[in-house]
Amino acid sequence: MSDTPPDHTDFIHSEEFLHGLMKRQLKLSITCAAAFLIVLIGLPLANYMAPEFMAQRVGGFTLTWLVLGVLFFPFVWIIARLFITRSMALEEAEVHLAAEGNRNRKS
Amino acid sequence: MPATGSFDYYILAFSAITVIVTIWMGFRSAKTSKSASDFFVAGRSVSVGWNASAISGEYLSAASFMGIAGMVMLSGYDALWYPVCYACGYLFLLLFIAGPLRRFGAYTIPDFAEGRYDSPVFRKIAVCFVLFIGFFYTMPQMKGAGTTLAYIFPGLPYWVGVAVVGAVITLNVALGGMKGITLVQAVQYWIKMFAISVPVFVLMAVYGGYGSNLSVNKSAADAARPAAIEQSAAPSTMDAAAPVRSALPDKAPKDESWIAPFGPLTTKAVKSAAEALPEANRAAYLAEYQKPYSLLYTFSLIVALVCGTAGLPHILVRFYTNPDGVAAKKTTMWVMILIGVFYVFPPVFGVLGRNFLPELYSATGSKGPDKVVLELPTLIRQKYGVLGSILSGITCAGAFAAFMSTFSGLLVSMTGALAHDVYGRMLRPQSTAAERMKMFKWCAVLIGGVSVILGALVEPLEINFMVGQAFAIAAASYFPLLFMSVWWRGMTMKGAATGMLTGGLCALFAAAMVNVSTLAQDKGVMGKLFSGFNPMNTFWKEHPLLRILCEQPAIWSVPLSIGLMIIVSKATRRTIPADIRMKMLVLHAPEKLGLKQEYIQEHQAGAGH
Repeated sequence: MSDTPPDHTDFIHSEEFLHGLMKRQLKLSITCAAAFLIVLIGLPLANYMAPEFMAQRVGGFTLTWLVLGVLFFPFVWIIARLFITRSMALEEAEVHLAAEGNRNRKS
Repeated sequence: MPATGSFDYYILAFSAITVIVTIWMGFRSAKTSKSASDFFVAGRSVSVGWNASAISGEYLSAASFMGIAGMVMLSGYDALWYPVCYACGYLFLLLFIAGPLRRFGAYTIPDFAEGRYDSPVFRKIAVCFVLFIGFFYTMPQMKGAGTTLAYIFPGLPYWVGVAVVGAVITLNVALGGMKGITLVQAVQYWIKMFAISVPVFVLMAVYGGYGSNLSVNKSAADAARPAAIEQSAAPSTMDAAAPVRSALPDKAPKDESWIAPFGPLTTKAVKSAAEALPEANRAAYLAEYQKPYSLLYTFSLIVALVCGTAGLPHILVRFYTNPDGVAAKKTTMWVMILIGVFYVFPPVFGVLGRNFLPELYSATGSKGPDKVVLELPTLIRQKYGVLGSILSGITCAGAFAAFMSTFSGLLVSMTGALAHDVYGRMLRPQSTAAERMKMFKWCAVLIGGVSVILGALVEPLEINFMVGQAFAIAAASYFPLLFMSVWWRGMTMKGAATGMLTGGLCALFAAAMVNVSTLAQDKGVMGKLFSGFNPMNTFWKEHPLLRILCEQPAIWSVPLSIGLMIIVSKATRRTIPADIRMKMLVLHAPEKLGLKQEYIQEHQAGAGH
């Protein structure tokens, strides 16, 4: 931290920066959550609407048991992995944006 | 099953080793953790690998280790939602809450509540909820402890097991603090992973795989196809390759409802309502209400488990033990992998237990399906002698690791709330560090004692079911608080407090109503103690929908809580904290920009330090 008192008129402290920041973060989170929720909510609905299809046997499992008891976990890992890489990239981009924005304001 | 009155030395030896190693590590680390911040958040310097193992170790409780297997055995497919949502709730935590909270950098949820709204009053409310949810969550851990000890020492009363385990862990926490706990938790994750996976592989090698054991259970669709298959409960020899199963007792659910969705777990309320009707109307009633209500039950359960994970106090505090935000994210990823892999195994025990240990269906309390994980490996004894005892010893050790680690974690966060918040901030703000350390120990003893008493009461309730309810309460209180505070700057303290209190207390009350009426049905001591609540059961029979909504309150209590937060916040718009933009920046801007330090400086300047 520098010794100079924080300057509240710079770009980082502007409404514009905060708004954009939150919007981009929320968009990423909501996209990932949507992918997850479609499956999470869709599975009970599939069980409800198409019970026979979901009850067919796959290697001894019923299809719905296989999806919920085994395949669901790797699916969630993929979403988590995507989110983490994207959000770290997003943070990098925000740091750049903030530096650039500050420079533009001063000049 | 070990003969009554005698016990198996292998099982005893493995369990004893787990307990002794746990205590030894606690005492050892007690020497190295001296300062108050060591006790509270482990000095904030735990590596990703250690921290991920520790979070997983703390998270995989008796419910995960014993409860899921018992519930899958008892209820079949529907119970699978528990392991899946326990693991996937973490995703919500990662997506919406972990990053911002970590950047804000408060010690605990009460710290966050106070920092976000500049309100010491709100801190007190949040502290109360740490204790509420914590106690709800310790009850099933205590049942796990009582069940395991009653299994190892046949004839030992359930409550003695609860008291012994409670005392041991309380002592350990009082002497070690969280620094010790991190190491202990990490080691215990690996004990649990080993203890659940190795016996599963051995059992599958002997009794056939996961899939082939499931295929023995015929679904309605299977029965329709080849007409020859009889639905009798007799030992079947339908297929030479398929494993032979034992006969199911009358109390066991039938195959077709067990393996299919919308089975015994979610249709209980409607079924008991149908029983109260005249015989002629029953089929029509069931056809009309059974499936829609059970879909509702399923959705409500999903909401509770997914949102509830994000609100568990003892899990959130761990995000602060990471050195920075990137490490916190990496930790979450590893936690999801570690617990996801683990959660594949317990349902296998449930499936095998249904086929090979059906006599457990006839027992209740600590002798029922909740102990299938412990009991199943002993079946191998008939074929391979001592290997069965060793495997059973390993699963017992895992069970010990499970309830010891979760209970320790809960005890630390509850004691932290009591010592750090109630004593250190409210009662005696001027107390010295040494006094607070001493108080930490006394608080641990107090909370441990209360947990033991509560745990002794709940023998008739299913482990996993109780954990689900703790999640429902967390989902209706902390989750809306954290989610809305992080993402909506229009929130005011009054809005947050109203929503959290109303949602959380409604869920708590609803869950408690169902629990006391279940306890009233017990045939033992608890039935007499709670017999005053018996009329509730008649009421439930007449109103199955209400029973479902009380048993799984999340589907209405979470929206209620969020709705109230929005309405009240809008009404009290004038009280939005003045520096809200700065707070939001600290929550959301990358840590590299250094806004956190700036915020602290300004706050201290403002407070006149």
